[in-house]
Amino acid sequence: MPAIELLHRGEHTMTVCNSCRYCEQYCPVFPAIERRLSFAESDLAYLANLCHNCGECLYACQYAPPHEFGIDVPRTLAELRLASYEDYCWPAPLARAFRRQGPAAGVALALAFAAFLAGMAAWIDPEAVSSRRTDAAFYAVLPHLVMVSVFGAVAIFAGLALAVSLRRYWTAIAAPSQAPIDAAMVVGALRDGIALRHLHPSGADCVSGEERRTPWRRVWHHATLGGFALCFASTSVAALYHTVFGWEAPYGYTSAPVVLGALGGIGLAIGPAGQWWQRRRRDPALVDPAQHGLDHAFLLLLWLTSVTGLMLLAARTLPIMPVLLLVHLGLVLALFVMLPYGKFVHGFYRLLALLKSESEQ
Amino acid sequence: MTRPSYDVVVLGGGNAGLSAALAARARGASVAVIEAAPRHLRGGNSRHTRNLRVAHERPTSILTDAYTEDEFWTDLMRVSGSTDEALARMLIGRSGECVAWMEGQGARFQAPLKGTLHLGRTNAFFLGGGKALMNAYYAAAERRGIDVEYDARVDGLQLTGSRFDAAVVATPDGSRVVRGEAAVLASGGFESNIDWLREAWGPAADNFIIRGTPYNTGRPLRLMLDAGAEPVGDPTACHAVAVDARAPKFDGGIVTRLDSLPLGIVVNARGARFADEGEDFWPKRYASWGSLIAAQPDQIAYAVTDRKVAGCFMPAVFPAIEAATIGELATRLGLAADALESTVRAFNGAVRPGRFDLETLDDCRTDGLEPAKSHWAQRIDTPPFRANPLRPGITFTYLGLRVDAEARVMMKGGGAENIYAAGEIMAGNVLRRGYVAGVGMTIGTVFGRIAGEGAARHARH
Repeated sequence: MPAIELLHRGEHTMTVCNSCRYCEQYCPVFPAIERRLSFAESDLAYLANLCHNCGECLYACQYAPPHEFGIDVPRTLAELRLASYEDYCWPAPLARAFRRQGPAAGVALALAFAAFLAGMAAWIDPEAVSSRRTDAAFYAVLPHLVMVSVFGAVAIFAGLALAVSLRRYWTAIAAPSQAPIDAAMVVGALRDGIALRHLHPSGADCVSGEERRTPWRRVWHHATLGGFALCFASTSVAALYHTVFGWEAPYGYTSAPVVLGALGGIGLAIGPAGQWWQRRRRDPALVDPAQHGLDHAFLLLLWLTSVTGLMLLAARTLPIMPVLLLVHLGLVLALFVMLPYGKFVHGFYRLLALLKSESEQ
Repeated sequence: MTRPSYDVVVLGGGNAGLSAALAARARGASVAVIEAAPRHLRGGNSRHTRNLRVAHERPTSILTDAYTEDEFWTDLMRVSGSTDEALARMLIGRSGECVAWMEGQGARFQAPLKGTLHLGRTNAFFLGGGKALMNAYYAAAERRGIDVEYDARVDGLQLTGSRFDAAVVATPDGSRVVRGEAAVLASGGFESNIDWLREAWGPAADNFIIRGTPYNTGRPLRLMLDAGAEPVGDPTACHAVAVDARAPKFDGGIVTRLDSLPLGIVVNARGARFADEGEDFWPKRYASWGSLIAAQPDQIAYAVTDRKVAGCFMPAVFPAIEAATIGELATRLGLAADALESTVRAFNGAVRPGRFDLETLDDCRTDGLEPAKSHWAQRIDTPPFRANPLRPGITFTYLGLRVDAEARVMMKGGGAENIYAAGEIMAGNVLRRGYVAGVGMTIGTVFGRIAGEGAARHARH
């Protein structure tokens, strides 16, 4: 449960918003507030994830600090958002990971996994890492079965943990009286979520400070999400090639897995770097400093994964390949392990909140 | 920061002041804005507004249907009673240009609301409200090289006859003289000057809550009146509504109002009713309650409802005080239990059966009760019983400076040479009584532009 102080602040903030209503056309958070008369913990968890932290409502607010009402919707909902990730997390004892993360922890975890994989590779074949091979034979460094087993196990756990967490969140926010979910609602939520429709008022750029609007926040996020999707597609196609057609990596430079992976890697190199840069320029009044570690760890791991992936592609016929491969795989493994306990979850919580918002209209 | 001398000096940084400054700057004048508030509270009462009233012949992207100039005129006259017809016609005639001009300054508007206010036909709503509008204006002022001095209080005006020479401005760094070829006075009314309010209302004024900025002390208004400017508007009148008594003394804005009055009864400190809570639809009556409560002992009243009507009105920001019985509620409010009990008993006994309907002037009324409740009268009998304490909440004052068609201030014996006025400080020319939603911002924008252009023209000659 969020701290009592935070729950009270959330309730007070929403109560002021509900009797003011000046912001009602910025985003769906305000119409959702207007549909309520009281703000219980589950209402706050819903509203917190519906908010895209665009920031417009803080600058427009006649009650923003230092007014004695002290209304800062973006910041308050950001704090409640982090609390919601922790509250609905499964298994619960891992919830603290959300607060303890930082870039250093992410890198340390990745290096530990890389060392673990290197040890496993050396145990299977003492020459694997030091072979100075130039044939891009990834599976000679770490056999395919080992890779699939390790990553499969981690992916299954991550998927399960995420699914259980999201299920718990949805159960909490979906009122029994809510309209049944239909396909149109799902399409609407996906469309608005992926397009980041509510990151900025319609037709405007994203605000990063009072009357300072640029498109970059949206651009970097699209690059990141697009890059992630392309990399996911690349891996899926490669898996298909391997298991169905029996075509083994390495694939040619013009093959689907390499083209998709390279494009995705570029997106994931540009996007997270841009987001990191953009975050530094953002008004601190809009963000929850407790989330910095979470955000930075995720951005750094994404960026390092893509950069090492691109390096691996460029250097796959050079003797450095085995080292790069193990470091890259260590990073991917760390990213996977942290998925249900890191910033990655925000997209799913937000989609569920958008779905709830669709169902309320 | 300001330099020692400008073409146009604007006193006051609300909608009227910024409209004047931006209009003067567009005509090539060098402009300074002297704003009494610190940066985060800038914008006067405009920061609490959310729309302006606009005449239009056909639907636009932000206004539904049509709202003719004649209709605007009728609405204005219905509340104001009298007006300066030439100025009022000009206001209405030029209201239609406001939206496009404001958008040109960076203002953003929103699509018509579907909500309960039904103002989408007559009023253009600022996206995010008045503070967002003021942010856009100040950003435009900065881009265009208008100097803004925050935290700067006008202490004196240096006049030669009816000519403005300079303003004496008190800042945290000391007193400073800012000269101008022309001045625009856009410093609002005197509603946050409790001493001045006391002149009209006596000690009762100490119990008033000021809904808007604490910086509208009326200093430039007083200086001009003392210098021989012609006054306009009732010097004792103010627009006042019922606000929650727990509201901040200043700057509580929109959220402190309470809309539950027509759904229950309103009693004073003696536990007695004193007015017809159901006389007419709430939007037509809400502005009368400030004065009604101001006339009660200690300027306090209590809106009492029961569970039946929970959720029938806009949610209030301060929680209602609750109790299981009327007697207990009275005790919680600090009222005599038997007094409130007898008031509620008498009221309940007088309620006639009817069909309750907030959307119409329904037939739920009292019989043989003084004062009567004409509509929406239901017995107060379902616990928990709830009450909100109320005080008069002052929105603005009507006393102002008489101006001519160029927004030039009229002195005894003719127009001032280079002094213009815009916004609340001259709203009394047009609006003598009551209020039409959004007309204050229309007055600010229309006369702000006229004053700014006039001042620039004068200064550049």
